[in-house]
Amino acid sequence: MSEKVQKIVEIADDELILGWRDSEWTGIAPSLEEDVAFSSIAQNEIGHARALYELAARELGTDADTLAFDRDPGEYLSAPLVEERRMDWAHTIARHFLYETADEIRLAALKDSDDAEVAGLAAKMDREEQYHRLHARMWRDRLQDEPRFVDALEELWPAAVAVLPEELRPQMSERLQLDLPSNSLLRGFERGSHSEELRPLLDEMTMVRRSVPGATW
Amino acid sequence: MTESQVWDALAEIPDPEIPVVSLVDLGVVRDVAVEDGTVRIDFTPTFLGCPALEVMRDVMAERVRALGAEPDVRVVLDDSWSTDKITPGGREKLRTSGFAPPAPRSAGTTTSLVQLNSSAFRCPYCGSTDTKLENLFGPTPCRSVRYCNACRQPFEQFKTV
Repeated sequence: MSEKVQKIVEIADDELILGWRDSEWTGIAPSLEEDVAFSSIAQNEIGHARALYELAARELGTDADTLAFDRDPGEYLSAPLVEERRMDWAHTIARHFLYETADEIRLAALKDSDDAEVAGLAAKMDREEQYHRLHARMWRDRLQDEPRFVDALEELWPAAVAVLPEELRPQMSERLQLDLPSNSLLRGFERGSHSEELRPLLDEMTMVRRSVPGATW
Repeated sequence: MTESQVWDALAEIPDPEIPVVSLVDLGVVRDVAVEDGTVRIDFTPTFLGCPALEVMRDVMAERVRALGAEPDVRVVLDDSWSTDKITPGGREKLRTSGFAPPAPRSAGTTTSLVQLNSSAFRCPYCGSTDTKLENLFGPTPCRSVRYCNACRQPFEQFKTV
């Protein structure tokens, strides 16, 4: 896997897994508006994953579904932040806000890519993501003085930093006015590590596909 | 077969989710080229999470086959589509069926909540600008939900991207 393809698959895996986690709120979010919001964000993130997988699949000589669903858990390149099972609302919003901040920084870098196709797709994704960011910031503003939310932000901060490659982390720290965590705090959160929740998620997500291999819709 | 025949055929294909507008109204057909019995269509998705993408692609291919040519529908994943590509006719069709068309992108490249909460959005039913944002998100990725204080009617607003 070239460095370019690896980067694309990392982002695709993040968006797929987080999209799945966001969809866990469908039907049970604290309000109808949030039910719709998290379902819509989930759909959008998975759409981004699909477009990225298609790009990567072409280079790897496979197809998007094979990349999305047929790898072993250890082969996924997602960051542990996105893998944690649906949490309480404070943690959900904290993860959403932190992830969208990291994703904005990552997409801005990708928009400057020398590869026109990657840059174009990143620009398209970035336009759509602005609505996720508006939503995340609205909730951050609403909850910023709530101790549970403040604690959740602090707890998830190291995992959120680890979403980004090292060269982009200072931007994240500057943007949120939080100090970068030490290496020991990042242990277990870097890409390549996985949450114990990833395997059950993948088992559930690929259940239908595995039950009838090669089936088409 | 000529390219304009293909454009005419595509202009009859309704959007799978908002059937009042056609794919050509939406501006998702970027280019059509006819060569040796093959029709190549360059197609740009609206929102990447749009579940109607496959349907659109398949219907276009089907329509080209009905014209007696071999389709080659290419999905172009670049940044060339925006809501500004919706044609004036398409915007009018949206409005008459209760969807507020998207605000032009030139009004600001990044949308802010302050803007969305402002009264710059017109109710497609009564024309009042006394409307408020109910939810950034709606039933499909491309829509938000607003409420008109004047005629007390909720309505869907096409997001600007």
